[in-house]
Amino acid sequence: MSDEILLKVTIDNITVEVPAGTTILQAARKIGGDVTPPAMCYYSKLQGSGGKCRTCLVEVSKGSEKDPRPMPKLVASCRTTVMDGMEVKNITSPRVLEARAGVVEFLLLNHPLDCPICDQAGECHLQDLSYEHGKQGSRYEFQKRTFKKVDLGDYIQLHMTRCILCYRCVFTADQLSPKREHGVLDRGDHAQIATFIQKNLHNEFIGNVIDVCPVGALTDKTFRFKNRVWFTKPVNAHRHCDKCCGEVQLWLRGDEVFRVTARKDEWGEIKEASNGKTGWICNECRFEKKNLADWIIEGPTNVNRHSVISQNKYVGLVKPTETFPKIMKGRNPKLLMDIHSVSEVNKPNIHLSQLERPAHSTDFNQ
Amino acid sequence: MGVKLLLAKAHVEGIKNYDVYRREGGYQSVEKALKTMTPEAVVEEVKKSGLRGRGGAGFPTGMKWSFIAKPEGVPRHLVCNADESEPGTFKDRYLMEHIPHLLIEGLIVSSYALGSNDTYIYIRGEYAWIVDILEKAIAEAHQNGWLGKNILGSGFDCNIHVQRGAGAYICGEETALLESLEGKRGNPRIKPPFPAVKGLWERPTVVNNVESLAAVVPIINMGGEEYAKIGVGRSTGTKLISACGNINKPGVYEIDMTISVEEFIYSDEYCGGIKNGKRLKACIPGGSSVPILPANLLLKTAKGETRYMNYESLSDGGFATGSMMGSGGFIVLDEDQCIVKHTYTLARFYRHESCGQCSPCREGTGWMEKLLLRLDKGEGKMSDIDLLWEIQSKIEGNTICPLGDAAAWPVAAAIRHFRDEFEWHVLHPHEAQVRNFGLAHYADPLQVPAGA
Ligand SMILES: Cc1cc2nc3c(=O)[nH]c(=O)nc-3n(C[C@H](O)[C@H](O)[C@H](O)COP(=O)(O)O)c2cc1C
Ligand code: SF4
Ligand code: SF4
Ligand code: FES
Repeated sequence: MSDEILLKVTIDNITVEVPAGTTILQAARKIGGDVTPPAMCYYSKLQGSGGKCRTCLVEVSKGSEKDPRPMPKLVASCRTTVMDGMEVKNITSPRVLEARAGVVEFLLLNHPLDCPICDQAGECHLQDLSYEHGKQGSRYEFQKRTFKKVDLGDYIQLHMTRCILCYRCVFTADQLSPKREHGVLDRGDHAQIATFIQKNLHNEFIGNVIDVCPVGALTDKTFRFKNRVWFTKPVNAHRHCDKCCGEVQLWLRGDEVFRVTARKDEWGEIKEASNGKTGWICNECRFEKKNLADWIIEGPTNVNRHSVISQNKYVGLVKPTETFPKIMKGRNPKLLMDIHSVSEVNKPNIHLSQLERPAHSTDFNQ
Repeated sequence: MGVKLLLAKAHVEGIKNYDVYRREGGYQSVEKALKTMTPEAVVEEVKKSGLRGRGGAGFPTGMKWSFIAKPEGVPRHLVCNADESEPGTFKDRYLMEHIPHLLIEGLIVSSYALGSNDTYIYIRGEYAWIVDILEKAIAEAHQNGWLGKNILGSGFDCNIHVQRGAGAYICGEETALLESLEGKRGNPRIKPPFPAVKGLWERPTVVNNVESLAAVVPIINMGGEEYAKIGVGRSTGTKLISACGNINKPGVYEIDMTISVEEFIYSDEYCGGIKNGKRLKACIPGGSSVPILPANLLLKTAKGETRYMNYESLSDGGFATGSMMGSGGFIVLDEDQCIVKHTYTLARFYRHESCGQCSPCREGTGWMEKLLLRLDKGEGKMSDIDLLWEIQSKIEGNTICPLGDAAAWPVAAAIRHFRDEFEWHVLHPHEAQVRNFGLAHYADPLQVPAGA
C-alpha cells in the first residue's frame, strides 16, 4: 500500500501525515505527548466504542484544505476522522481546556473518591485524568449516588458506584461472547451496568472486561485487596493455551503471582499478541494460573505512563479545601492527593519520588 | 380566519373512517403523485414548498430528502417520528387522533418520493389508543388499494408498520429512535454517519415528524409554489401550535404564521387571553427545550418590533433576547407562576430523561436539578446561580445529542431573563416559600437601544 494517499493534519501546530479514515485521536497518538487528548471511553480494539465520555473534545479550527471553515462545536476526537489540511487545537485551545476541566468535574461528581480502598488505584485512568486535567476541589455539595456491590460470578466484582459508564465492558462482552447478558439498565445518572438478574458471566473471555475498565468498577475478585498495584512487579510471561494467545503480564511479589492481566500498550489498551490479533486472554489464564510454574517468564514489563510506579506527581500536591465529609455522610476520604502518605497498605517511609527508577516490590520488601 | 390545511376537515363527522375521508377528497395526492409524477418530481415539489421540519429543528424537508443516499440494491426507509414527548407539545397526537388518514396519505406519498417500501411509524408508548386508530387506518388503506403491492398500478410497493415506544423521551431523537426501532437500547448514535447514509439497519433513512409528513398532502395537492405563498419569508405553510398553561382556551391551533404572538394569546380565535384576567408573565413558545421569554420580550423583539408566530420572528435576537419556534409547544405562564420552580420542574424532566451516555448531560442534568430544588426551597446560595450558569455552559454543545442543549437552554434563559427572581429566592428564603415574586417588571416596556 505504498501508493496510499496520506492526509496532512496539524494538531497543536505539529503536522503529521495519516491515511484516510484515521481519527484525530489516532493522529494525535502518532504525535504523542501532551498533544494527545485523554480518552476514557474510546478503545481502539472495541468496535463502536468512543464518543461518550467527552474528555477527548478538541477544537477544529480549520475543517480541511477544501473547506477551511472551522467546526462550530468542539468535536470528540476519537470519533472524528481527519480531512486533508485539517487544523486541530487541543492544549492550545482555552475552550478545549475549559470544557475538559468541566468534563472531569462531571465525571468525578458522583465518583466515590475511594482510591485508598480501590484495587485500581495506581493504574486508574480517572485518577490520571483528574491529576492532569482537572481542577482542585469539587463544587458538588450533594450526596453522591451509590450502588450496592454486585458479584458477577466467581471472578468479577462490579462496584457500580465507581463506574463512569464508558460502555467498554459492554462492547467487550458483546464482541467477545456469543450471548449478550451484560449491558446497561436504566438511564441518565441512574443508569447502571448490569447483567440480567445478576447472572454469572460464564463466558470464557469475560474476564477481559476487567482490563478494559478504566476505573475500579470491575475488579478481579482473585486479587481483591491482596496487594497494591505499585508493590507488585509486572513481568511478561506466556504459556501454551488452546483458548487464547496465552501471552500475559504477571504481577509478582517475590515468587508469588498476585494477578494475571493482558498486556497493555502505552494508551492502556490491550496489545496485539504475536499472532497479530488483539491479545485478549481467557479466564483460565487470568484467574486460575497463579503458580509461577504455570508460566514461562520472558522478562520485566516496561512500566508505562499509566503506572503510578513511574510517576512522582502524587507527591507534594496541596490537598484541596473540601466539602467531602459533608457529601460523604461524614466520612472523610483517606486519599485525595497524596496516596503515599495516607494509604494504609503503603510504607510511607519509602518516598517513591526519590527513587531514581521505577519502584519495584523489592524496594518494599527490604 | 387563517388558512387551514391540516385540520380544515378534522371535525367533519366520521373523518377518522376511510369512507368519509375519501369522500372529502382524501388520497387525491397519492393518485396525483403515483400517476402523474416521478419520485424526483415529488421531492422537487416539497423543496419548492419551503416546508421546514415540524419536529423541532426546522430543517427544510425537501433538502433533507434530497440528501438520502441511493446505493444500488440497498432498501431505503422512511420513519415517521410520532414519539412526541416534549413537555407542552401535543399537536401530533391531535392530528393522529382526529384525522389519521391524513398522516397515512402523507406517508404513502413521501415513501414514494424516497423509495421506501417499508415505512415505520414510531409512536410514543403512552399513546396506546392511537396505535389502534392508526392500525385501523392502515388496514383501511390496504383494503382500498392505497398500500400493498403495485399501488395504483404504478409498480410501487409500500407497507406501513406501527411500532410503539416504551416511554423514553430520548427515543424522539432520531438516531435513538432508530436504535429503539431496531430493538436496542434507545441511545442516540454518534454522528456521522447520518441517517440519510446509514440509518435503520444501516440503510439510508429519513426521519420526519408527523406534522411534516402530513403537510406533504396539501403540498402535492396544491403544488409547492402555492403552498409557499402561505405564510411569510422562510416560514411557509401552516403550523400546528399546541397551546397550554394559564390561558382560557388551551388546545391545538393551526396558524398560517402571519399572526402576532399577541394576537395568538389574546384573540378569541386562539388562546382567548390569560385565565382569570391575570397578567402575562412569561412564555415558552416552542416546547420545553426552547428558551423562556419574559412578557416584554415575547410580544416585542429587542428592537421594539412586533413579534410574530413564525420561525424567523420567534428567533429574532438569538438566544440573548429571542427564542425558537421549536415543536410548537406554546406554554403560557401568568403572574402567579414562579420561574424558579418552573425551571426546576424542567430540569427534573431532563435529568430523568437523559440517556446517560455522555458525562456532561448525565451528570450535569442531575446537578442542575439538585441546585434548582435547593433554590426553590429557599436553601440556595447566591453562588448557586452562577454555578448553574456554569454547569449549563459546560453541557451545551459538548454532548452527543441535542438533549444536552435542550436541558441547558431553559436554565440559561431563566437565569438570563429572571435573575432577580432567583436572587430574591436566596435573599428572602422564607418569603419565597409563602408567596411568589409576581409579575415584577417582566412586562415593562423595554428601552429600545438607539440605532437598533
Ligand atoms: C431529545 C430529543 C427529542 C426529540 N423528540 C422528538 C419528537 O418527539 N418528535 C419529533 O418529531 N421530533 C423529535 N425530535 C427531533 C428529531 O430528532 C428529528 O429532528 C425530527 O424528527 C426530524 O423531523 P422533521 O425534520 O420533520 O422535523 C427530538 C429531538 C431530540 C434531541
Ligand atoms: S464498569 Fe468499567 S468498563 Fe464498564 S462502563 Fe463502567 S467504567 Fe466502563
Ligand atoms: S446528550 Fe444526554 S441524552 Fe443525548 S446522548 Fe448525551 S447523555 Fe444521552
Ligand atoms: S474518548 Fe472520545 S469521547 Fe470518550
